[in-house]
Amino acid sequence: MDITTQDAPPPTPQPTQGERKRAARGATRPGDRVFLGLARGSGIFLLLIMAAIAVFLSWRAAIAISDNEGNFLTTFEWNTGTQPPVFGIAVLAYGTIISSIIAMAIAVPVSVAIALFITHYAPRRLSSPIAYVIDLLAAVPSIVYGLWGALILVPQMDGLFGWLNDYFRWTGVFSWEEGAPRSMLTVGVLLAIMILPIITNVSREVFNQVPQMHEEAALALGATRWEVIRMAVLPFGRSGIISASMLGLGRALGETMAVATVLSPDFLIHGSLLNPGGGTFAQNIAAKFPEADEFGQDALIASGLVLFVITLLVNGAARMIIARRKEFSGANA
Amino acid sequence: MSTTAINDKRPSSLQGERLPKWFPWALGAGSVAVSVGLCLATGIDSRIQWGLIAAILFVLGTFVIAGRVEGRRQAKDRIATSLVWVAFLLAVVPLASLIWATVERGTKVLDGYFLSHSMGVVADTEPGGGIYAAIIGTLEQVGIATLIAVPIGVLTAIYLVEYGRGNLARAVTFFVDVMTGIPSIVAGLFILSLLLMFDLGFSGFAGALALTILMMPVVVRSTEEMLKLVPNELREASFALGVPKWRTILKVVLPTAIGGITTGIMLAVARIAGETAPVLLLVFGNPFINNNPFEGAQSSLPLYIYQQFKNSAGEGAAYDRAWAAALTLIAFVMILNLAARGIARWKAPKTGR
Repeated sequence: MDITTQDAPPPTPQPTQGERKRAARGATRPGDRVFLGLARGSGIFLLLIMAAIAVFLSWRAAIAISDNEGNFLTTFEWNTGTQPPVFGIAVLAYGTIISSIIAMAIAVPVSVAIALFITHYAPRRLSSPIAYVIDLLAAVPSIVYGLWGALILVPQMDGLFGWLNDYFRWTGVFSWEEGAPRSMLTVGVLLAIMILPIITNVSREVFNQVPQMHEEAALALGATRWEVIRMAVLPFGRSGIISASMLGLGRALGETMAVATVLSPDFLIHGSLLNPGGGTFAQNIAAKFPEADEFGQDALIASGLVLFVITLLVNGAARMIIARRKEFSGANA
Repeated sequence: MSTTAINDKRPSSLQGERLPKWFPWALGAGSVAVSVGLCLATGIDSRIQWGLIAAILFVLGTFVIAGRVEGRRQAKDRIATSLVWVAFLLAVVPLASLIWATVERGTKVLDGYFLSHSMGVVADTEPGGGIYAAIIGTLEQVGIATLIAVPIGVLTAIYLVEYGRGNLARAVTFFVDVMTGIPSIVAGLFILSLLLMFDLGFSGFAGALALTILMMPVVVRSTEEMLKLVPNELREASFALGVPKWRTILKVVLPTAIGGITTGIMLAVARIAGETAPVLLLVFGNPFINNNPFEGAQSSLPLYIYQQFKNSAGEGAAYDRAWAAALTLIAFVMILNLAARGIARWKAPKTGR
């Protein structure tokens, strides 16, 4: 360690009352003041960026919405090049929410199971390599998931879609008109695969922090391993699982490339999850951007603002829940 | 305990009747065999369905047999165990398939030529061309983003750990957390709104700014964690020697935590290197080499993958190029990740304890 003492300042002769007070607080030296200023400035800069994002998106969105002939919330159209322009986010909001719900319904139970597997079931020697591999998978870029989904997952869904159509057609939700299976259900499955690693990682951290004593006490009372998990592990980890899920939900809501490559979009709300069509906020932005003129870009920014607000609410809620147990915030996952 | 606990064969045992250790393996092998037979007989040829049927048979079989022999509580325990195993195996399949597909298809056209040439006027259906321009673009954009994000991120983390008290610090902490969840496309749209306002065109720098927004909160969070690990005794020893606080931070705290901070930064770099959406909106893509990130459209690896994929019909030269670029990108990200974790392990003892 290279601690240098040469710069220790000479003791100030007879400090006044005010100087003594400042000395007690610590930031008296000019170097200290500059450094504190830099550090605090960076923090304030981050806050300013968040504010700027909200302000600029709202401003451009206002330009677009004021010229919109349709109703921004309920119109089933996205025609920004026409005169007058008509566009609305109803289809996008529906698609975004439906695909995220499907993804959560699949990913949360499976992720919790994998996290339990790593912490409680896997042979001890295997568990840390498995955790390591899941960590790495969280780093795979979303465009690669998109490529894989479009070229390998989509053909594999044929069989499942046919089966669902055969036996559950009567529900209306699972009827299928024999198109390529590039539908909301496929998108939901792909999103589930993508958010598995992050939910698993955060849940695993939580499960690792369950007090050993609780588990041993349950075992000593003759509980089976499942009873230990149900009585000691899951209650302790509940808030962690909820916030992990919401982090995953935040990712699923904002995912662009995986949806853009897999879905074949249109501007209708389909009752069936198996028929291709629909769209999500992010997918629509990526798909419409290349042809958009300046007004079209403003309209896309307006839809992006809605997405921003939704993810802000979801993430804010997750952080509120997590704040009670600061240790596993999951921001590094 | 169920009545099976009192057993004539082992009257003195405190334990109930247990299934032998090899039981799950035997049942697993059995259910796979039955499902394969069943599917061959009924003409189902999707491997995924074979696996699903085998999994269902296994879980049901476990429940019924264990329920008979060991009693209800044990049966529940066994069914939980088998469900957890099945969930794990089911999740591994797509993830393994992803890696396998990328490596298998990516190696087709990936060679020195592919890495050192650009697309130029090569048509989508023609073989040839490469990702040189895309690599240049990615390196420049990620490099600029890192240069901006790292100082701001590290300084913010220092503020939060070393100085932060009160409302401002709490607000920064909260919004940094929320910022980690901003969708990448929204960051792209924000910079786009700036471009529209100042009437600027596409450039690598604009993409780098969007990547900066995505990178900063990650750097702040990981640096914060690392600074918190530095033992207070080190700071106090330094203060006791009369060292000013800022020198203490620069010369004692940061060097102690530098390994972990480096790891966090590399993980953040790996994360933004794969971002496509903001690059799509701001950098636009360019088949020719553009070494200047401040002017004109550039290319980038994730964008290259997306464009080649869009231009292919699931086969042909563009399709092969998309996979080869995907393999390059995954390799880049994985190497960064492994190196980062290597550094973390190598530097770990320095963080105290």
